Amino acid sequence: MARNLGGFLVLILAISICEAASIFQPISDSHRSAALELFSPTDGTFGSLEETYEALRTFEILGIKKRPDISTASCQSVSETLGSSTSSLKDVFHALKVNNILKCKVNDETFQGVAKRLKAVLNDASSLLDFYYSIGSLVLIKDQNSEVDVLLHDADGVFRSIKALSQSDGRWRYSSNNPESSTYAAGLALEALAGTVSLASSEIDQSLIVTLKNDIVKLFDSIEKYDDGSFYFDEKLVDAREHQGPLSTTSSVVRGFTAFASVTSGSINVPGDKILGLAKFFLGIGIPGNSKDFFNQIDSLACLESNRQTRPCWDSSPTQSAQPCTVQVSVPLILSLPATVLSLTKKDQLKVKVNTVLGSSAPPLTVKLVRAFISGTKDSSVIESLELKFDPETAVHFLDVLPKSVDVGNYKFVFEIVLHDSEDKNVYATGGQTQVPVFVTGLIKIDNAEIAVLDSDHGSIETQKKLDLAEENAVSLSANHLQKLRLSFRLATPRGNIFKPHQAFLKLRHETKVEHIFVVGNSGKQFEIILDFLGLVEKFFYLSGRYDIELTVGDAVMENSFLRAVGHVELDLPEAPEKAPRPPPLAVDPSSRYGPKAEITHIFRAPEKRPPQELSLAFLGLTLLPLVGFLIGLLRIGVNLKNFPTSAVPATFALLFHLGIAAVLLLYVLFWLKLDLFITLKTLCFLGTFLMFVGHRILSHLASTSAKLKSA
Amino acid sequence: MVKSTSKDTQALFHSLRSAYAATPTNLKIIDLYVVFSVFTALIQVVYMAVVGSFPFNSFLSGVLSCIGTAVLAVCLRIQVNKENKEFKDLPPERAFADFVLCNLVLHLVIMNFLG
Repeated sequence: MARNLGGFLVLILAISICEAASIFQPISDSHRSAALELFSPTDGTFGSLEETYEALRTFEILGIKKRPDISTASCQSVSETLGSSTSSLKDVFHALKVNNILKCKVNDETFQGVAKRLKAVLNDASSLLDFYYSIGSLVLIKDQNSEVDVLLHDADGVFRSIKALSQSDGRWRYSSNNPESSTYAAGLALEALAGTVSLASSEIDQSLIVTLKNDIVKLFDSIEKYDDGSFYFDEKLVDAREHQGPLSTTSSVVRGFTAFASVTSGSINVPGDKILGLAKFFLGIGIPGNSKDFFNQIDSLACLESNRQTRPCWDSSPTQSAQPCTVQVSVPLILSLPATVLSLTKKDQLKVKVNTVLGSSAPPLTVKLVRAFISGTKDSSVIESLELKFDPETAVHFLDVLPKSVDVGNYKFVFEIVLHDSEDKNVYATGGQTQVPVFVTGLIKIDNAEIAVLDSDHGSIETQKKLDLAEENAVSLSANHLQKLRLSFRLATPRGNIFKPHQAFLKLRHETKVEHIFVVGNSGKQFEIILDFLGLVEKFFYLSGRYDIELTVGDAVMENSFLRAVGHVELDLPEAPEKAPRPPPLAVDPSSRYGPKAEITHIFRAPEKRPPQELSLAFLGLTLLPLVGFLIGLLRIGVNLKNFPTSAVPATFALLFHLGIAAVLLLYVLFWLKLDLFITLKTLCFLGTFLMFVGHRILSHLASTSAKLKSA
Repeated sequence: MVKSTSKDTQALFHSLRSAYAATPTNLKIIDLYVVFSVFTALIQVVYMAVVGSFPFNSFLSGVLSCIGTAVLAVCLRIQVNKENKEFKDLPPERAFADFVLCNLVLHLVIMNFLG
């Protein structure tokens, strides 16, 4: 029983911790091991080039060095795809992406051929996907081989034709004859446009860039929000055929938006909290179960984190190299707590970590605990603006000792990140104040525990025993129905305050397993329950005898929650009157109710006793004896066959008559052995008719001969 | 006294035998057939008494077959007997045909009941 209660408390604690986990943890080692599990090659390949790219890119971002060796097979697939003139645009695009990571040996002619083909496609492209794949591929070729001429001379024209597919709300259509607009397509378009800008041989018309920036702002107006502060994009029209989930849609927009931001100068008016919200959305997924989602999550987070570090502005386009670099997309910083359950007794430190989404260290900053309040009560804050110390070795911000005003309980701590460097404020998004649920637990002191039997009339104490609730007790008391039982104890927190647990129950269990549970109430300073047996006789079903007493005190923040046997009380209750209620039947054990039923054994009728075979055979012989006797008797009498007709025709009929009788008897035997009644009767019809005929002929012949004999 | 009783019995049997010797041969055959049937039935009853009545329908079929055919034979004997003036006009061939037909019907039922 005690274990059950312990388990229950652990469950409560676990649930509370789960609730607390709505704070977002950055990418950690659990993601790395999950990545190796999700992206595991079969037969040395990942299937398609797209999957190969997703795996390689994920490993690259997560910094996994020990990735499976697939370069040989993949490189072969890459050169086959690039060398063939029939391979689809999508495959070429992914082959180039794989090549970007693996750096396979692809010769210049191949690149030249692919680039020529891609430019031809780009000239007659009308659908967004054609633009996306061809421009994306050209950008990749530019990065991989500087010899090949991939620059677009008509970049403005390409830009305009992509832009022509856009809608007024910032979303894009897949092609001009498809009226449905999509957020996912907007992400693809932004990426394609970013590629166009970086491929332009001369500078793109700035007015185009400005309108596109407005489009992005409009697109961000359609962003959706969860209650925990995370933002995401979702398709408005749910089309079963091309529907993308929120994760891939958001991922596409983030990719396109960051790509575009990295190739243009000037600011895009997207607030930092939306960027942080997007990061929270990706982190809030946890570890996705399929590789596509995993790649989308990791790749988008990398885009958010690295839009400055790995893609310096001067590298994006040669034409913009002279311009000063400003950052348009802020890098989100994630505040996380290694532990949200703090023990007062163990003097746990409040620790806070601040990282980027991928877990790398943050710039110099200070974490402020703005305030803390007991959850459920908004007003009374127990802490007001404390600054956390920073430990550079572990990169943890910590609070040495929790202030005296913090006692055991559920709290909401509100943190704020203050960046030291004012320039960093433009680079990083901290998202203002972060609210984190924190549990403060502690050992609860129990004292003044005592149990007493009181006389009902005067209230005078008859017996009184002290209890030590830290261990099992075995108090034995006796009382009758005119007396009362009193149990009282006091609970105090480590800070010396009065503690009110969620659960305080007293249980009385009779020998016959009938249980009664009472809630122990608190009267200001102490917990006390008085059981007046006079009022309870009916509830106790007039059952006298021994009652075991158990006390339960439990709370999620009470480290020493307990269920203790206190002892027993011998109750002497009056005889039950006629109409007294019967004690309820004992609860059926669920395992017997839902468990397997007793096996049904089929009872067959026992076969009748048969006599031994020898006896039956002997009697078969015996039944033949009278037949033998009959035949002997016939011989003795001197039977002869002189009356058998001698002329041919009557003799034939006589013979047929006897054969007919024999045939009918044989038919009867067959009927007994195997035939059914219908077949037998049918056959009997024919045999009977035949027998009647021949019988009539022979018997009338015999009658006429005997009549002649008489008359003669 | 005893001797005279046994002698009387002997005389009685003797007179019975001599009287029976005058019975026509065809009636003797029928009598023999009746005796044969009854004995067969008796043996089956004894068998039943020894091993029990299971399967009861088989026992019934066997015994009733014998008793039935014996009864039919008695009927035949009544009809064939010249002394019986009642059946003077009935030719014995006709009686025999009845006997055969009744036996066939009886045994059809018996076979059905045998199981």
